[in-house]
Amino acid sequence: MTETPEPDEAASLEDLMARFRRTADGATARFAPVEAAIIRDLVGQVIELIGSDPLENEADDIDDIVVAEAPEAEAPGRHNGMPDDGPINADDLAAMIGFSDNTELPDDPVLARLLPDAYRDDPEASGEFRRYTESGLRSGKAAAARTVLATLPPTGGRIRLSEPEAQAWLRALNDVRLALGVRLEVSDDFDDQVTSMEPDDPRAPYIGVYQWLAFLQETLVRALS
Amino acid sequence: MSTAPAEVQRPDTRQETAPALPWVTIVWNDPVNLMSYVTYVFQTVFGYAKPKAEKLMLDVHHKGKAVVSAGAREAMERDAETLHGYGLWATISHDS
Repeated sequence: MTETPEPDEAASLEDLMARFRRTADGATARFAPVEAAIIRDLVGQVIELIGSDPLENEADDIDDIVVAEAPEAEAPGRHNGMPDDGPINADDLAAMIGFSDNTELPDDPVLARLLPDAYRDDPEASGEFRRYTESGLRSGKAAAARTVLATLPPTGGRIRLSEPEAQAWLRALNDVRLALGVRLEVSDDFDDQVTSMEPDDPRAPYIGVYQWLAFLQETLVRALS
Repeated sequence: MSTAPAEVQRPDTRQETAPALPWVTIVWNDPVNLMSYVTYVFQTVFGYAKPKAEKLMLDVHHKGKAVVSAGAREAMERDAETLHGYGLWATISHDS
């Protein structure tokens, strides 16, 4: 597990500052267009990854905005599915989480993390558990993700969530962070890794997004607690 | 919530052996989930008071794992399924 960095540390992309606050019956936050575009793109990828109908995403917005923020990096070769050249575009963001049609025990590490085995040393029992639960788990995650898309306009702005909507957001944000965490190879000493990360590390452009999402989720937990 | 049944039915007359809570649900540490979120999930899913939820969260964080519930196998599978829905890394095992 991880503690949430302070906002100043979290937002290495200066624009990523949205946070939730409690309301009488849920939570509210104000999103800049770039923030809405990033969340909608990543959430859309999770929906696609877990095998439900993808909704339209805002790839063009992501492309325009994130490219402008990305450093010019030259990373030779590919690194566990990371983009192999510097500027981020929509295809790279797609590659961050990736797509898979797996329905068995997922080969894709992101899918394996979102839909884990329930028995550590008993593949047969895990398979049986999966047979009975995976479909529901997938649809539940997709429903939470769709709640985000339904309540977050592509242009951002202030949103007001009911408590059930806010709870769906919480789970969907967590799934996005789990997916990014796998792709970014987040480990327990990730903060140290980030500190010593070379500027041309292919993960570097995504660190700010990952940390902001942690901060955003933390504010939502507090709003609901 | 459930309401009381109109009449008590005994579906069968077999004498049930009291299960000694032989199965457990375990949550494993991972580097992504927020500590506050894990605490929130334990409170929400199990109805644990915040101190108990926080203690379990810290056990997961410091010891790498914690037993979060115990009972019949079917109940543990439901717990694991629910926890997977929240993105926690949960497994079931036979308490030994």
